[in-house]
Amino acid sequence: MKYIRDPKRIREVLGKKVQFLLGDMACVYGGLLAGCSFFGGYPITPASEVAEGMARMLPRVGGTYIQMEDEIGSIAAVIGAAWGGSKSMTATSGPGFSLMMENYGYAVMTETPCVIVNVQRTGPSTGQPTLGAQGDMMQVRWGTHGDLEALALAPSTVQECLDFTIEAFNLSEKYRNPACVMTDGEIGHLRERIIIPDEKDMNLIERVPATIDKNKYIPFTNSQTIKDCKVPDFPTFGTGYRTYVTGLTHNEKGFPATDKQPDHEKLVKRITEKICDDADKLVMIEKLNLDNADIAFVTYGATARPAESAMEMARNNGIKVGLLRLKLVWPFPEKELAKLAKNVDKIIVPEMNLGQIVHPVIEAAKGNCEVVCAPKIGGEMHNPDELYKYLEGK
Amino acid sequence: MVEIKTAEELNKKFLREGMWPTIFCNGCGHGVVLEYTFWALEEIGWDMDKVVFASGIGCSSRLPGYINADGLHTTHGRAIAFATGIKAADPDLNVIIFTGDGDCAGIGGNHFIHAARRNIDMTVIMINNFIYGMTGGQLAPTAPLGSIATTAPYGNVEHPFDICNLACALGANYVARWTVTHPYQPIKSIKEGLQKKGFSLLEFLAPCPTAYGRRNKLGDIKKHWAWYDNNTILKEDYEKIMKYGTEKEKEQVKDKIPLGVFQDIQKPGFFELYDDLVKRLKEKETKKGESKK
Repeated sequence: MKYIRDPKRIREVLGKKVQFLLGDMACVYGGLLAGCSFFGGYPITPASEVAEGMARMLPRVGGTYIQMEDEIGSIAAVIGAAWGGSKSMTATSGPGFSLMMENYGYAVMTETPCVIVNVQRTGPSTGQPTLGAQGDMMQVRWGTHGDLEALALAPSTVQECLDFTIEAFNLSEKYRNPACVMTDGEIGHLRERIIIPDEKDMNLIERVPATIDKNKYIPFTNSQTIKDCKVPDFPTFGTGYRTYVTGLTHNEKGFPATDKQPDHEKLVKRITEKICDDADKLVMIEKLNLDNADIAFVTYGATARPAESAMEMARNNGIKVGLLRLKLVWPFPEKELAKLAKNVDKIIVPEMNLGQIVHPVIEAAKGNCEVVCAPKIGGEMHNPDELYKYLEGK
Repeated sequence: MVEIKTAEELNKKFLREGMWPTIFCNGCGHGVVLEYTFWALEEIGWDMDKVVFASGIGCSSRLPGYINADGLHTTHGRAIAFATGIKAADPDLNVIIFTGDGDCAGIGGNHFIHAARRNIDMTVIMINNFIYGMTGGQLAPTAPLGSIATTAPYGNVEHPFDICNLACALGANYVARWTVTHPYQPIKSIKEGLQKKGFSLLEFLAPCPTAYGRRNKLGDIKKHWAWYDNNTILKEDYEKIMKYGTEKEKEQVKDKIPLGVFQDIQKPGFFELYDDLVKRLKEKETKKGESKK
């Protein structure tokens, strides 16, 4: 049976409007609310609860859950489902995300909308399966071979796990690019109060379907429906457009053009520009106390929480500290960071890795202020006291 | 209902314009499998808007590009997993996978195993030419013992993979093997496989004169094609000889590759069982709702 999104039924299955919920489950809720009708899963700690939640709830809203044979198969099925007309998603953690890298690139190259929830842990390799970390913030940007733009959100609360999963679907549908929810073991396994948004407050974005006359249809070029839009219209399989979709370099018709430099440049420039042209519109940041700050935390995900506490401690002690939280980490809000670097003396970037997002921060700061990496690895979050010490070190 | 009479008419109906010439070498068997598939589709009479082809990487995986239908040319070995998603999203679509021995039995083995086990409603057409042709002739998992490849320069010491045997063990609903040198049985088998609910595997032995025949000294194209007649045997004949034949007869056929339909059953497919599950849940909830009232 083909899935039809039924907002009333979805809310019936999700239950009460206000709930005390696990972060991983909030991703399930977000997916279902967004109209996800296919989930390809594979068990991995700390992301398994997303698959478990989907296995319980998807059949009840008319969607399909399949536990695939591995993460490569999961993302493959998710991409296939998108071409069959579904909004589709998967969830994984570090090692599974590494396995998905080839097909993640395939989704970029074939302009397939889909969502990956990555409940991050650390590595290299198996690392610490049950503990949180921010190990894949660069992998999501650079992990697959070739040139691409990433769409990556980092929730700091359970509510944001829900909201950002919906947002990830919106971004991926809008840009026809995979979008990732880069949560982590801390937020994924945290329980907090959430509010399920009302239908009227949700602005769901759907891919623009191909509707043009079949003889005039060109599958891999600017939209033939929306003016000056670099995102092509989507020819769902079975709708008669008879589209050939390939991960090879292809021309506008979708035919392989592997030995043609102009075709490759044109294609890859379009699929990156469709996102980076909109980079200014896409900024999703939270600013706290930045107006009169001498020092700023630049932070995202779970680490924003101890950073905020450290900021408050400092404010109480008369140190002028602010905080800039990246909700959408990729595309990186370069201009915002450049502006910030001119207004403060020092930026501190706490991360649960040995320094990943600190690099684009340094790049954007262009030497206008000092940028300090505040790493913590090993599966423990930063303690506010530890971060406070970075402030005193000024 | 067959309206088409000639190969030319068939090509006009099924081939995609603008993709020619093909990448295939002289004497290659892939085009023949494509034509057999067209005849089978013509006989079934499906609306080609509702037929989707998926493939991985390799020579055989280029076939969907030449067909005037939706096609998903995916990553190496993963076509079956992609196709699982397509079928889940739209059960009205008929999903056909073109794959090769390296793509399916090598790198994609695990996806093949689990799609067959789940009995996903799809037809996998694996063209087995004993070699990685596109990359220049490296050793394939189906290559006969002793065969020469660029990565087995002194002869293959690995036992070949019998993919039909594996599919039967996994409970696939339809399993058949033919060579490209006989037209009638393959067309009939493809038709049966396509119409079968659940997982179907069709293996085709096909020559690769460039990367396999040349190195293994199978002679010119004509002689290479004859190899397939001389080194295969109908499954029924093979079984009969192995049971009742003389020692000499057994010796003559023991290394030949059996052809035929190996499995033809009606196990319920994944999506049938999943639909039952959805229905069961709905009934349970309706009952619960009524008892509350």
